[in-house]
Amino acid sequence: MARRYLPVAAFAGLIVAIQLGTLSIGAEYHLTQLTMTAYYSLVVVGLCMLIGYAGQISLGHAGFFAIGGYVTAFLTTWDLKTNHGAVVSLLERSGALVSRHDVYGGNLLTVHPWLACAAAILLTVAVAFLVGGPVLKLKGHYLAMATLGIGIIVYRIVLGTDFLGASDGISEVPGFPLPGGLLISGDASSRISNYYLAWGLVILGMALLLNLIQSRVGRALSAVHGAEDAAGAMGIPTSRYKLNVFVLSAVFAGLAGVFLTHYNGGIGPSEAGVMKSVRYVAIVAIGGMANLWGSLSMSLVLNYLSLRGYFGTYDDTVFGAILILIMLFAPDGLLRRHLVSDLKRMVSRNPVEEDAP
Amino acid sequence: MLGGMTAVTLNQFVPMPLAILLAVIVTMIVGAVIEIVFIRWLYKPSVLRMVIITIGISILIREIALHIWGESVKALPYFTGSSISSINLGGVYVSSQVLWVVGIGALAVAALTVFFNLTMLGRQMRACAANRDAARLCGIDTGNMVTLSFMLSAAIGAIGGCVVCPITYVQFDSGTPLAIKGFTVAILGGLGNSTAAVGAGMILGILESFSIWVLPTAYKEAISIAILLAILFVKPSGIFGSAEAARLKEF
Amino acid sequence: MTLLSVRGVSKRFGGLQAVNDLSFDVAAGAIKALIGPNGAGKTTIFNLISGFLPPDSGEIVFGGEGIHAMSSCEVATRGMVRTFQHIRLFPKMTVLENIMVGRHVHSRAGFLAGMLNLPFTWKEERRIREKSREIMELLGIVDHAGTEAISLAYGQQRVVEIGRALACEPKLLLLDEPAAGLNMRETNGMGELISRIRDLGVTVLLVEHDMSLVMKISDEVVVVSYGEKIAEDRPLAIQKNREVIRVYLGDDEC
Repeated sequence: MARRYLPVAAFAGLIVAIQLGTLSIGAEYHLTQLTMTAYYSLVVVGLCMLIGYAGQISLGHAGFFAIGGYVTAFLTTWDLKTNHGAVVSLLERSGALVSRHDVYGGNLLTVHPWLACAAAILLTVAVAFLVGGPVLKLKGHYLAMATLGIGIIVYRIVLGTDFLGASDGISEVPGFPLPGGLLISGDASSRISNYYLAWGLVILGMALLLNLIQSRVGRALSAVHGAEDAAGAMGIPTSRYKLNVFVLSAVFAGLAGVFLTHYNGGIGPSEAGVMKSVRYVAIVAIGGMANLWGSLSMSLVLNYLSLRGYFGTYDDTVFGAILILIMLFAPDGLLRRHLVSDLKRMVSRNPVEEDAP
Repeated sequence: MLGGMTAVTLNQFVPMPLAILLAVIVTMIVGAVIEIVFIRWLYKPSVLRMVIITIGISILIREIALHIWGESVKALPYFTGSSISSINLGGVYVSSQVLWVVGIGALAVAALTVFFNLTMLGRQMRACAANRDAARLCGIDTGNMVTLSFMLSAAIGAIGGCVVCPITYVQFDSGTPLAIKGFTVAILGGLGNSTAAVGAGMILGILESFSIWVLPTAYKEAISIAILLAILFVKPSGIFGSAEAARLKEF
Repeated sequence: MTLLSVRGVSKRFGGLQAVNDLSFDVAAGAIKALIGPNGAGKTTIFNLISGFLPPDSGEIVFGGEGIHAMSSCEVATRGMVRTFQHIRLFPKMTVLENIMVGRHVHSRAGFLAGMLNLPFTWKEERRIREKSREIMELLGIVDHAGTEAISLAYGQQRVVEIGRALACEPKLLLLDEPAAGLNMRETNGMGELISRIRDLGVTVLLVEHDMSLVMKISDEVVVVSYGEKIAEDRPLAIQKNREVIRVYLGDDEC
């Protein structure tokens, strides 16, 4: 059983190697983009679980990322000093609120980041449950359009709401304190610790998902994905499981949103946009749909390149093109089990029967 | 979007009616090219795969438009009158361009209805939509039918873009919200029924406009999606469609 | 003792009355066969009993509980499991994994337990694996444990599907045309298998076209035609029943 964690350990080794690598060539600023890549990868692996193992597509996952990010951003920048009523005093005394200095030297009273994080996750879960119920009952393309729509609604809400910063987003979000004096923030001095914190979270997430896949529930999910009515006939509560995976993937996205917002010190409406959602799906697709490690490695490479600006103004184009190419030629994803035999079949003259994704 | 943008560019060189005609033709060619390059050789793709592919294609078109025209906002001049002139219709002042939109829209619906119900080609297309294999067995070239349908819908989109852009202006990314509204309206009206689509479109427009009484203006764009979601959850076959027909249409 | 009781069940699809006021019982420990000419509605009846379709009217009582409003999942947890006419094994999963899915109703590790890999799940997984192997040995397919289930020969796939159903430890097993696509030797093997299953204490209700199989192993036979029951009796009596003969072979006056 420890064999299961071997790839996890290997990946952890890779992460350490990368960090030491940047140290040796004196290019430690790379760690910033790598840290951001880590948080985006968290969204990707959660989405991979949903698409690959529960067989449900979501074109709106950036929405959950944004819910997480915006809630925590808002709560940790909303100055409660101005409405200093009885409730606020109570909260302040119980330690739920935090007093800090803002950039201009004034004094702010805001919600403690831990509470803000909890609120963000709670809202993410609530929305996922509310929306997932009816949405997951829809078939294939209707499901895709519905999730697309939900992402857009979140986008429109954050874009159009003044107290959420409208088109400017929310900035000056404080760091996220962790036990042991650690702080998730974009501070150059804590670059290395933040790098390991971010990737540590991703590795933890991977471990949890790998465990799930190998477990009774993971088996049931594969069954649901393979033949849903037969799975139901075997006593698997298909709707409930699909919903649970949906919510789980939403939590991954929301959590990533929370921490990346604290790391970046802010969030903007583009994080909720369709382009981001498409990006996540494209990465899962090229990584192999049901391949967690494939999605993770593709996310590492593609997100890093994108953040470093290697794609220039063609950033969105690249991911759009990836999505098209994968959907055209390899709808089951690129790095999957039967890749070699499928390639052989494609090159031969025989017509190929398509499986519905 | 392509229709509007192309028309504006061409309008610099040729008179407007010709510019619009050429823009529509260009867009139709683009539609055909897309179908031939991306869609035609797929073997029985699932609808979901098609949806994602076309979403990807729309992103590519957007990006190409961005690189051709930049982020500038463009508009055709008003067909008749100007942005401040209006026509008095029984006490209500309506911009002349709006009448053009309604008029051309009605013309398009009428033309489509005639095409699908009275011409051989139109009936062949409906046969393809209903049951592709059976249509092929009847000697209909289903591959070309699909291309033709792409070209037709591209043409209608282009005409719509041209006619509306004096009022709403057009930009490289104006296509996306319109596509979503288009999809909403298509589902709302029940797929395959163009008159119902028009009806649904008007209902959507009215709902969107009146929504500013209840919700802040900034959320107006989200209304159409919220309505789409509501329809999908409650009655995916649309207001005017029937559940049986929707199921039969291989969706 | 009656395990399953179908009472006055009807189902209509648009203009077609698929099942009309159907009633029959299945005694515990019996092998009962449901036969009838093509289009008689047999698979519809199966779908109604197993929770895939809701009946328009009538009752279905299983183990003393009315199940006509239940989904297939709920029915499965109460001890009724079915196989499918067109084999529905889980693709991309091995034979062993397919059968292990059958143990789902007798295990409890949920999402959280699975993600955190809690210790109680280790023993549970081991037990699931052992029980699945037992079933595979019983069915003689243990050699194929690691093979992808859908790559097996058709006859073997049928056996795997039955194994998966048996893993649920059902009280009632619904077999939808178990001999379809099997040659004579395989059909005989299937007959022996079904008898062995009954000997394990599982009640069997099967839909089947192969008359030799039906007549050999069934305790009782129900004959339906156009959604209505036309006979319910022991095999030998059914063979002599004039209505049954007429329905299958036509009138002398033809």
